[in-house]
Amino acid sequence: MNTTAKAKGFPLPSSLKVVPGTEGAQGAYPYYMQFSKEDDDRFWFYNSMHFPEPMCAFDMVTAEAAYCALGSANTRIHCLPTTLGIDCRIINGRVYIGGNAVTDPAEIARRTEEFQRRAFYYYANWERLFAQWKDKMMGLIQEAEALPKLELPEFEPLQHVHAGRGIASNHYILETYQKTLEGYFRMWHHHFEFLLLGYGAYLTFFDFCKKAFPEISDQTVARMVAGIEAEIFRPDDELRRLAKCAIDLGVDNQFKEGRTPAEVIQSLEGLGEPGVAWLKELAVSRNPWFNINVGDGFYHYHRSWNDDLSMPFGALPGYIANAKKGERLERHTDQLMQERKQLIADYRELLETDQERAAYDQMIELAHRVFPYVEGHKFYCEHWYTNLFFNKIREFGALLSKHGFFPDAEDAFQLTHFELETAIVDLMMSWSNGSAPRGPARWPAIVKERRAAIATWAKHETPPALGPVPDIIDDPAIVMLWGITRENLDTWLTAGEQKDSNEIRGFAASNGVVEGVARVVKSVEEIDRLRHGDILVCQVTNPSWAPVFQKIAAAVSDIGGSMSHAAIVAREYGLPAVVGTGTATQRIKDGQRIRVDGGRGVVTLLS
Amino acid sequence: MPSSEIIGWFSDIGLSDRPTVGGKGGSLGELTRASIPVPPGFVVRTAAFERFLSALEKEEPIRPRVESLAQHELEKITALSEYLRKRIENAPLPDDLNAALLAAHTELCGADRNQPLAVRSSATTEDAADASFAGLQDTYLWTMGGESMLKYVRSCWASLYSVPSIAYRRRHELPESGVAMAVVVQRMVNARKAGVMFTRSPLTGDRSVITIEAAWGLGSAVVSGEVTPDRFVIAKITGEISVREISDKHVQHLPAPEGGVRDVETPEDLRRVPCLTDEEIKALRDIGRKVERHYGRPQDIEWAVDQSGEILLLQSRPETVWSSKDRAPVAKPVDDPRQHVMKIFGGRR
Repeated sequence: MNTTAKAKGFPLPSSLKVVPGTEGAQGAYPYYMQFSKEDDDRFWFYNSMHFPEPMCAFDMVTAEAAYCALGSANTRIHCLPTTLGIDCRIINGRVYIGGNAVTDPAEIARRTEEFQRRAFYYYANWERLFAQWKDKMMGLIQEAEALPKLELPEFEPLQHVHAGRGIASNHYILETYQKTLEGYFRMWHHHFEFLLLGYGAYLTFFDFCKKAFPEISDQTVARMVAGIEAEIFRPDDELRRLAKCAIDLGVDNQFKEGRTPAEVIQSLEGLGEPGVAWLKELAVSRNPWFNINVGDGFYHYHRSWNDDLSMPFGALPGYIANAKKGERLERHTDQLMQERKQLIADYRELLETDQERAAYDQMIELAHRVFPYVEGHKFYCEHWYTNLFFNKIREFGALLSKHGFFPDAEDAFQLTHFELETAIVDLMMSWSNGSAPRGPARWPAIVKERRAAIATWAKHETPPALGPVPDIIDDPAIVMLWGITRENLDTWLTAGEQKDSNEIRGFAASNGVVEGVARVVKSVEEIDRLRHGDILVCQVTNPSWAPVFQKIAAAVSDIGGSMSHAAIVAREYGLPAVVGTGTATQRIKDGQRIRVDGGRGVVTLLS
Repeated sequence: MPSSEIIGWFSDIGLSDRPTVGGKGGSLGELTRASIPVPPGFVVRTAAFERFLSALEKEEPIRPRVESLAQHELEKITALSEYLRKRIENAPLPDDLNAALLAAHTELCGADRNQPLAVRSSATTEDAADASFAGLQDTYLWTMGGESMLKYVRSCWASLYSVPSIAYRRRHELPESGVAMAVVVQRMVNARKAGVMFTRSPLTGDRSVITIEAAWGLGSAVVSGEVTPDRFVIAKITGEISVREISDKHVQHLPAPEGGVRDVETPEDLRRVPCLTDEEIKALRDIGRKVERHYGRPQDIEWAVDQSGEILLLQSRPETVWSSKDRAPVAKPVDDPRQHVMKIFGGRR
């Protein structure tokens, strides 16, 4: 062993090769996202939290728009003193990102002054600005919903001619595409308007608690701050409501495991009044609460509950059974609020001095002020708006596929947003001049090649980080959003040495000890493999997975801190959870018996 | 039998009685009165020691002889210590005192004259250093019978005249007239498991967690360090158990048939299993919180679980290590609360 002599570091970006045979697909990504020689001098990490699966060409717009807005907020709007934005690269479909730290003390001082003029204004006027944010966001959603249908008729409708519109339909195809894209980029600016400031205020309180109570669990601090009626819980709450409705209307026997949503709906319609009454309730819930997708908003194929009812319908039999067992289905918000108050008061009492208590009061007040945004924004941004966006792109896919550009509407997502625009212009021109579009001869082969590359990359492991390890990680964005600290990196570096151990360590996210069979769910499509009492082992979960928590016994994830959704939902359901293990999905075999100790943050492999 | 100048039953005494019942006795009384389960017992108050000593002094002086020594006269101190301890351990008690102690013994033991008892010294001094120098932590476990009790009461008294104890008093020129000792006599708990509990983390000083150390058998094995106990950490407020370190508890202290305790090898099937259930950990936490609340400050507690599963406290004393540390406040209030966020956004200070 010569580990002491050798300085530890991750492979250099230049040593990471494109998987042979996928060079064409790799070349599709824009030049500014390809690694270059200069990138070897910097530290990068694989953003498996947001991009756990290889990214197809179009979906990279999610990274582009998100980092564009994150960077602007940090660098130009609020002027965070110690950090600018995030750089982003892609190789083998894997998204690596790197922070852009400010280290010069004079520059930090200059930016601090700016920051306090800007961010402090936000803190002082939070409620007003947040109310305004909701209006802006709802306006944006309405704009997206109002985008016109895509039509290329053989002849322009007569009324357009008689009205003297003078502009042909092909122009609106391009305009709508550009507006779709523009709206999506704008949405991300809204997303980051408050986010870092919100997380920062929360982390200030978190940091205080960790110093005042060195052994306090992350989850306890989270419980002191977490909102009770956050919108992100609503979809799950709606399912409970619908379960209760089904029982009250006497139609609950229609919901059985294994029945498709279409079958259930058909039989409800056949039941007459009570069935129709339930379907009316369903419609109430769907708008807007089923606008939640089964991912985190970064993959076009993570469809919303509205687009694919199988997730919510799959969960209903379980909720109905629980309700019949007498379990109260509504979340007890009064009680939860009372518990939160008590928790805050109890910890306050334990502080040593009145000075500390006064500081504690100031910090938690600020954390409570910002937290509704931190918890609530996702429903509007990553879910509702993102669903509208991908579905609109799907319409372009359908139009292009109708004109022979590729076999399937979904194939559109194998093109970058630039390429998609060229295809649209191609179609626009051919429609106008009456000749055949060129795309049908070009895109099908490319689509096929890229689909194959994604499948290859998915089987290919990628390093968790690249480049030299920084001495310290002092970038609040990286620490807050990704939970990456110097200690994490050391764990990653030694992960290879621990492979013989039968223990996997992560964040203790939700208390309790459970033994059971591991179900390693690598993507959302595999969710239906989960059986009652299984332990969910996944890369990352998100709010729409909440319904699976009623049937699992525990949860383990690769990515996430104590405020991750797996952690929050596990606590809600009182299940043990260990998150942020880094390697659980690679080290745990499907079907293996494991023990999850959520209080200690340890998973033990038993067989 | 009511409490008297000589005997103080736990239910009649409290911390304010410390000058006559000592720290340990006062604490046990305080716990009893706060309805916290404590094995029943009484304190032989300092007045008993005073009566005993003045009876001895009628024969020849004791206190003036100690006071006549200088701190550097170690040989003389040693010789006097030896002489006085022997005298105290062997002199009979005045008749009325003897009768009062035996009557209390009978009442405590009830029908079972061989009810096992613990006899423990209970120092009246406020000076912790003095207490430890003086070997005042003497505890005699599993004694049986009235005569045996009397013997150990005298042993506790005699420890006041140990060499280090005398030397300490001479060094600080403390008057002998203030030197007195109370003795706790208490029913022994036939502990299935026992240990200690800190209502403030001994590792980090965190007041929000309770650390419990526990092993099979009597608590003396844990207190003396003869066994590595299981260690549990439970959040005081939420009840989350964050640490469970299960150790190999190879040995346990059990009562010896002839009195006293003996080392017994722990049966193989118990050695490496947790000696406390989650319910017991939570019950200990509830008691720990209650005691801490009662005293208004963090406590170090000795406890035991008896054969019926009941948790009993054997001792509670204020935590001193972290409480005496001067710590800068974690944060102070600021005029503009927004300034707090600079801790996160301001970079490495």
